[in-house]
Amino acid sequence: MSVGTSDCTYFDYAATTPVDPEVAQAMAACLTAEGAFANPASTHAPGRAARMLVEQARAEVGAAVGAPADWVVFTSGATESNNLALKGFMRAHRKRGQHLITVKTEHKSVLDTAKALERDGASITWLTPGRDGRVDPAAVASALRDDTVLVAVMLVNNELGVIQPVAEIAALAHARGALMHVDAVQGLGKLPLDIGALGADSMSLSAHKCYGPKGIGALVVRRAPGVVLEAQMHGGGHERGLRSGTLATHQIVGFGAAARLAAARVGAESSRLAALRARLEQRLAALHGLHINCPVALSVPNIISVSVDGVHGESLLADLEGFALSTGSACSAASPEPSYVLRALGLDDLTAAATLRISMGRGTRERDIDRLADALAATVARLRCLAPAA
Amino acid sequence: MSASVYFDHNASAPLDPRVLATMLPFMREHHGNASSLHRAGRRARNALDAARAQVAMLVGSEPGEVVFTSGGSEANALALRGCCEARTPSRLLVSAVEHSSVLAPARALFRAGWVLEIIPVDRDCRVDLAALDELLERGPVALVSVMLANNETGVLQDVAAIAARVRSRGGVLHVDAAQAAGRVPIDMRALGCQLLTLSAHKLHGPQGAGALLRDRGLQLAPLIAGGGQEQGLRGGTEPVAALVGFGAAAALAAAELPARAAAMLVLRQRLETGLRELCGVALVAEGAARLPNTVQFALAGLDGAALQMGFDRLGFAVSTGSACHAGKPSHVLAAMGLPNDIAQGAIRVSLGKDNTASEVDAFIVALAGISAALPVAAVG
Repeated sequence: MSVGTSDCTYFDYAATTPVDPEVAQAMAACLTAEGAFANPASTHAPGRAARMLVEQARAEVGAAVGAPADWVVFTSGATESNNLALKGFMRAHRKRGQHLITVKTEHKSVLDTAKALERDGASITWLTPGRDGRVDPAAVASALRDDTVLVAVMLVNNELGVIQPVAEIAALAHARGALMHVDAVQGLGKLPLDIGALGADSMSLSAHKCYGPKGIGALVVRRAPGVVLEAQMHGGGHERGLRSGTLATHQIVGFGAAARLAAARVGAESSRLAALRARLEQRLAALHGLHINCPVALSVPNIISVSVDGVHGESLLADLEGFALSTGSACSAASPEPSYVLRALGLDDLTAAATLRISMGRGTRERDIDRLADALAATVARLRCLAPAA
Repeated sequence: MSASVYFDHNASAPLDPRVLATMLPFMREHHGNASSLHRAGRRARNALDAARAQVAMLVGSEPGEVVFTSGGSEANALALRGCCEARTPSRLLVSAVEHSSVLAPARALFRAGWVLEIIPVDRDCRVDLAALDELLERGPVALVSVMLANNETGVLQDVAAIAARVRSRGGVLHVDAAQAAGRVPIDMRALGCQLLTLSAHKLHGPQGAGALLRDRGLQLAPLIAGGGQEQGLRGGTEPVAALVGFGAAAALAAAELPARAAAMLVLRQRLETGLRELCGVALVAEGAARLPNTVQFALAGLDGAALQMGFDRLGFAVSTGSACHAGKPSHVLAAMGLPNDIAQGAIRVSLGKDNTASEVDAFIVALAGISAALPVAAVG
């Protein structure tokens, strides 16, 4: 698998992943004149051929999260899935209430949608996680009200890697008659996923975070009485009427293949990543003034958030130019503001800015870890010596 | 053995191999997230900027006016809901023959308190300008949505005339140009609209990519929130490979449009001549200006679905109407006031740049055979 350019080591798998060669091949096969180029809604032979591939991929995506195929609603990506879940549930259950519970450290697509709902009259409870990034189920319990329609908590935080106690929270939500939405984007391929065990009524997934193509995702929606949501994109009645628009066959086929591979490899890959993470942590522990923002026991094996004392964030990234790293979410990268996730943990702006999100993936090897650790050690020493930040 | 002839380009046009070649590097090697600041991210960002310029160029617009979406349906939803949700509810006009991805959000806006009025069309699928004048005189209108080319009949609307009327009333005009792009020249300024929808897979680009072109001064509310991509109008990680393909398809369409349109028109006329020679064939909207690639016809008394299946068995992919409504009666033909036996029997042939005269001839032969074998249905 090609990972970045030769002079740049990729440590940003949480932002996006390279497409697996097997996935790329399955996609490319759809895109030729002999492939499944037709509109899957067409009833003629080429249309039916495309439809068959779409339905096979639907089953693969469902199986990766323990769901039947007909729970899978394809979308253009997880941002759309999160929009559909939040707006869809809140608008379909207006009569029950207008209350939504979510967390300050959710992905932007949840936060911005919740804010849009707030402008439309919804009442939002914004939970603050603990210093380790974890949401306390007791905080959810005390926030739940009779008019709570939905609780939205992500499975794995994209900046910290922390795993949220989703199953516990879902049980609390259901006991009060509320629905549970889980953004599981960063979990697919890193943790074994089972929608039933998590207790989620809906779950967002994204292909490009697990070696599939960009521009395709899903909202997996449990089929059960009361689990009703309003479509946000109306039209031809595709996807159970929940999401209209021509299904992009090659994208869906790519997602299906990626989901299948992710589910098949999750055990071995997670162990491998955990070993890499342990190696990196061991190296970092030798450096003074470095803090890991989420303890290993609480997080996925591929994401480490590290704050560095006494250096400026910008200089840190500039000095590590040979590594594709980020300070936080790619979706917030253009913003000069320090990460809202780190702020919610109580980090001051200076420390938040001097934080690296190191995210590993299938292409990461021990030598990459060693090179990063060496570079980080040298950079930190140099920067602290040059211009102490505090 | 059966032929393999694809005559359903209005449902989806096969990807051009040259377009695929531009996409493959972004499917295989260059995987950066266009929002990331590192090199991999910047490479993706540069590719998106180039695609944006190519798409803008196809319709005489500017890169800054392009809002990439997941396709035409989303672009239509963003145009209608985005425009209306940024304004206090007032009146909204849409033509009776719009695509369901325009009609459905219009109905959703109606449920949210907007006054929705439908602009009628004549028997040839053309927007009734006198009726539009009347509707516009009745009071202020926030948004009017009229497609450039109809997906079922191929009929082209006189958008410039409509735009002049809408503008004089201070309204915003949205034009769904998904079917027209790459088949007729489009200049957004000459059309005079403020919003324009494009879809990549109708012009031999990939499925899963589209755009809403938007006059820069125009206020829009985002449909998909989060992440701040596309000037805050459309959240979500950009599908770089698909958008690179969209750009390439747009550039090829712009360069080859005169040749493609001329070749398709020759085939269309050949097909029409062949159809006219068969007994009992009625061509839909025969007198109207139409796309060079679209022919809709019916055989008196024959059921369209049965006819389509007959073609399918012989290896011809045609459609009874819009792929999005396979199996349901067409709202377009109903709005045109066509008699039931024609509406129920309609077959749409939509040609592409790679179809040939011999495919058209084979189709005529097949039609003669199928129609002789099919029982005359009791419709009407």
